[in-house]
Amino acid sequence: MGRFLLKRSFSALLTLLAVSVLTFLMFFVLPRDPVTGMCPKNCNPERLERVRQELGLSDPKVEQYLGYIKGIFVGRDLSSAQGGYCDAPCLGYSYVNNEPVSATITRVLPVTISIVVPAAILWLSLGIGLGMVSAVHRGTWLDRAAIGFALTGASLQLYFVGGVLLLAFTYHWGIAPVPHYTPFLDNPVDWAGGLVLAWVALALLFSAIYARLSRAQMLETLSEDFIRTARAKGVPRSQVYGRHALRAAITPLVTIAGLDIGAALGGTVITEITFGLQGLGRTAVDAVRSGDLPTIMATVLVAAFFIVTANLVVDLLYAAIDPRVRLK
Amino acid sequence: MNATRGPERQLEEATLSSGPSENRGGTTVAGRSPAQLTWLRLRRDRTAVISGVTLVVLLVIALAAPLIEWMYGIGPQDQFQHALDRYGMPVGPGGGVSGEHWFGLEPGLGRDIFIRMTAGMRTSLLIAFAAATITSALGVVAGTLAGYVGGWVDSSIGWFIDVALALPFLIFALAVVPTVSLRFYGPREAVPAGFQVAVIIGIFAVFGWAGTARLVRGQVVSLREREFVDAARVSGAGLGHILFRELLPNLWAPILVSFSLALPAYITAEAALSFLGIGVLEPVPDLGRMIERSLGYLQTDPAYVFFPGITIFVVVFAFNLFGDALRDALDPRSTR
Repeated sequence: MGRFLLKRSFSALLTLLAVSVLTFLMFFVLPRDPVTGMCPKNCNPERLERVRQELGLSDPKVEQYLGYIKGIFVGRDLSSAQGGYCDAPCLGYSYVNNEPVSATITRVLPVTISIVVPAAILWLSLGIGLGMVSAVHRGTWLDRAAIGFALTGASLQLYFVGGVLLLAFTYHWGIAPVPHYTPFLDNPVDWAGGLVLAWVALALLFSAIYARLSRAQMLETLSEDFIRTARAKGVPRSQVYGRHALRAAITPLVTIAGLDIGAALGGTVITEITFGLQGLGRTAVDAVRSGDLPTIMATVLVAAFFIVTANLVVDLLYAAIDPRVRLK
Repeated sequence: MNATRGPERQLEEATLSSGPSENRGGTTVAGRSPAQLTWLRLRRDRTAVISGVTLVVLLVIALAAPLIEWMYGIGPQDQFQHALDRYGMPVGPGGGVSGEHWFGLEPGLGRDIFIRMTAGMRTSLLIAFAAATITSALGVVAGTLAGYVGGWVDSSIGWFIDVALALPFLIFALAVVPTVSLRFYGPREAVPAGFQVAVIIGIFAVFGWAGTARLVRGQVVSLREREFVDAARVSGAGLGHILFRELLPNLWAPILVSFSLALPAYITAEAALSFLGIGVLEPVPDLGRMIERSLGYLQTDPAYVFFPGITIFVVVFAFNLFGDALRDALDPRSTR
């Protein structure tokens, strides 16, 4: 187990490094002049030159990259215009927001987490529950209704669903408040109220996918020998479904759920834009629109970090749930 | 033979019986190829038929957009400002729905929604088909190579797959598309629509091949050790022959299914890019950008939101249904 963990962590780290190199190349080598994008409006040539100097853009590219990576792990010195010394997870300095990028990230990350985690709990329980019920009652009207829901949900677009939800619940009936973010610790009720539409929209779309998957998994499991054996031994039906079958059917879902949640934590771009919530995704969009390169790089890296970590966690979880994997 | 059975039922029985073709009820029945079997199964599946017909209709609408334009008598760029009130909102029920403007008019510019939607569908479908074809081709080549050759080729391709899957698609696309445009065209120059479309397809290709490659690799690894591959190798067949003549024919089913499910995924993704403002640019009509524009009128002109929103839902829904039905039809184990 220890060796497995070590090997997987190493390859995850390697993947992250590759992503960072790619992102770096993309933004610092590809465009004609990154500074024009980085400098806010009304830039004069002297200011441009100063920014270029401060960013060390005349240094060799490899040196620039190594400096960036060093900043992430141990922090580094930035020029005084960039706030001087930049502490350990240093992601550079944004001239657009006039603050270190890590400050921006710590501000917006809780928003994305607050959107994703409750939504994931909602979509997983709704989706898996629906899939199980429809598999157990295969061929009934209940099953057909669940399949219908799953296929419809999987084809809907988040911005459309979000728009309709906003129109109905906020503007028309006035049940839900206009989406906003309040920190959970400040006021849990307000926190939930401001995000509930985003949760519902995400849950509607994602639970559809999970209902479909878990139904297929459950049907496959139910046709296996060990289920028949358990039934023949006289184990009650509810226990066979709830324990034996569920555990076997849920394993592949763990993989997909982990990857989905990881990807969502990297920024629910469309959700955040649709509901006007300033999370990681919307920050990335804003950064792209204003040409704020350090922030773009940081958001891509953070998102990739979540995806890669999710991959790792999923592999470990898989080994924990499924004893067959551990043996290999 | 039982006279009450229809001819199709007999055909299916003939295919399933492993013996030589028999003469039943006066008609000669030959064995059927897997493709014919699939076609037969698809035709029997009500969902497949309905979604298939819907898709054909949508494709015809998309392909015949110029013809429809000519018959409808309105172009996608024509503005009907006189049909708007002084606030720029369309007059009449459902956002200005009338005999002349079937789905009403856009607020502000006063362009016809119906004709912009047919034209927008053409853009979306073109991009989706091109992207799905390219990613499938790349994925199949990379996947078969990795799976068959193994060793360092496998590990390096596998690593590239990991990296491609670890990149956050939307954020990366968001950053790359404007950067690439800026590289070739200055900030003041207009980016030609064709170039933008090519960049979007390219972005999909960079990200999309990994999924197919992983799928194909898994299939190839399990096929590699089979006797027919050994037989080909022993008889001196080259790598190309084994890959394309021996392995590929066995991979058609999963490739076809992943292709058909990739289409709606790319339609969705392209709409998402346009929604974020980095997809196809004005004045080329596009479904995603229509929705993005329309959301600003959510309270004042809901009909404007609903027409493109429902259209894109129907397109994706039909593709998803058909993809599912195709999967069932191609799966010899499925009981239908």
